[in-house]
Amino acid sequence: MKTKTIKMAAILLVSTALVAGCGKKKVEVLPPAAEGTDYGQPQPAPEAPASQILPGSQEDFLQQVGAFGDRILFETDRFNVDAEDQAVLQRQAQWLAQYPNTRAIVEGHADERGTRDYNLALGERRANSAKNYLTSIGVDASRIQTVSYGKERPSALGSDEQSWAQNRRAVTVTVR
Amino acid sequence: MSLFARNRKLASFLLFILGTQTAIAQTPPPAAPVSGEPELVEFDTSKTRSIAVPALVAPAPADTAAGNSVALGRQIAEVISSDLRASGVFETQGPNGLRAITLPEVATPQFDYWKSRPVEQLVQGFVLVGGDGNLTVGCYLYDVGFGNETTRLGFNVPPREWRRAAHKCADAIYSRLTGELPFFDSRIAYIAESGPKNKRTKRLAIMDSDGANHRFITNGQSTALTPRFSPNYKSILYLSYVDGNPRIYVYDIDAGRQRLITQSTSPTFAPRWSPDGKTILYSMAVSGNTDVYKIAVTDNGTPVKLTSSPGIDVGGSFSPDGRQIVFESDRSGSQQIYVMNADGSNQRRISFGSGRYATPEWSPRADLIAYTRIAGDFRVGTMRPDGSGERLLTDSWQDEAPTWAPNGRVIQFFRTAKGSGKTSIWQVDLTGSKERQLPTPVDGSDPAWGPLLP
Repeated sequence: MKTKTIKMAAILLVSTALVAGCGKKKVEVLPPAAEGTDYGQPQPAPEAPASQILPGSQEDFLQQVGAFGDRILFETDRFNVDAEDQAVLQRQAQWLAQYPNTRAIVEGHADERGTRDYNLALGERRANSAKNYLTSIGVDASRIQTVSYGKERPSALGSDEQSWAQNRRAVTVTVR
Repeated sequence: MSLFARNRKLASFLLFILGTQTAIAQTPPPAAPVSGEPELVEFDTSKTRSIAVPALVAPAPADTAAGNSVALGRQIAEVISSDLRASGVFETQGPNGLRAITLPEVATPQFDYWKSRPVEQLVQGFVLVGGDGNLTVGCYLYDVGFGNETTRLGFNVPPREWRRAAHKCADAIYSRLTGELPFFDSRIAYIAESGPKNKRTKRLAIMDSDGANHRFITNGQSTALTPRFSPNYKSILYLSYVDGNPRIYVYDIDAGRQRLITQSTSPTFAPRWSPDGKTILYSMAVSGNTDVYKIAVTDNGTPVKLTSSPGIDVGGSFSPDGRQIVFESDRSGSQQIYVMNADGSNQRRISFGSGRYATPEWSPRADLIAYTRIAGDFRVGTMRPDGSGERLLTDSWQDEAPTWAPNGRVIQFFRTAKGSGKTSIWQVDLTGSKERQLPTPVDGSDPAWGPLLP
């Protein structure tokens, strides 16, 4: 157990160093354990055998798009979809094409460094950016809803750059 | 004559000089003697005035629906004392630690005694239970140095509204001594918060201006944000996620019902009333682009779009005359404050300092606009409506969303703690030198003051 904790800490340190070193915007930190069904939390792919995951379910979506494949991250005050985000959204679109009877809700979020109303507006912009890209590559717009949570549902709980980077996000949640 | 009969007689004499009313409305103070009355000079808020508030006399003790009148006399004095102290401009003594006064003293104070404490001002009064069960509260302000009476008021209230009589008395004293308009007899709507940072429970709640008579309105199952009391206190505008999306509702306090302000399926947020309560200002995001709109409060109002920049135009508030609107926009590249006419014309930027400027709120006195200044940390500040005279009042990690006391002389905001995300409600005066936390049963954010109670 103790070794596991140390290992985990090491992973965190290495990934933090990588992020700091290259200035890449993706923060590949292991997500904290998911609590309840809050979609604000990153959902780790379950370890159960694939045969137990219902094809077309949210669990299936999370497994197919891979770690953090359900979300794209943004710079402070920005809402543009860059090449890296496009790759993430393309995998999401592939899954949505595979299961045409599913719908998706894109949740837009902001970090805690903006005022409440502005952050609601910013979250809505980010969710719409993701939606617009998904529709531009063929997902029917009627299948995608957006909702902004502003700064109300942070994914990472710290008041630091690394947490803020994880919280400026648009997360796709699928609905059957 | 028995002591009781004498007290009765004296009390009825005091009632006679106060006059009686049936409502909470204050008695117009009788014409004060002209001789010896001190001139009101420009009030120096840097100087703290000392005021003694002994318990109000209950000359004929009687039980009421709100307790015995003797206890009420003490409780009313406590509220007056606490209001005046909270204003930041007075240092109060009593009622604890002060001797009980007698009924004759109410009209003829022992000035020498109070001078020796020492104290500059003295508040005395009485509580009498009428035949109809209502309370008559007499409230007298004396200048101890000059040895004369400066203000006298009487209120006739149902026992359950005894706190309002106390706030009215404190308001009269505050106004008389500072020359400012009153503000204690008012209420606050805010968001009560609890739970972990990533799963906060946020409930709409209301309370008196001093935190008393607290009441939760929503049960916390869906997130509630940014409430605003209507000018007549009959309803509250606020944002709720009750149907899963952020939308503005008008909540009718008496009926306990709410309705959407507009049937659009787009998210709506940042609601504000016009000063006459007939129009609602709000922000709406359509395909990701947020603009400022207004709509008549009547059920079938048609939304009027006031801004059309591709950026985020959000929030805002009406000037007290209803002719102008101050709002926030990032059309220049970052959040800044803009002013426009109420029809959307003549939009112009007024904030040019360093950092970003957000959440502008026009003072009910029209002279200032309060805002959140973002430069890493959030600080609360004020500027004139033309953008001049910028002044930061607080200095903390995150002080956000200032709103005004009804008299435009105190600003209320919420403070978020770094890391934990815990929130609390604070008030600050316009010099920024007097700051205090408002007590709330749980964490609190998005505080909004209503006007002076009718």
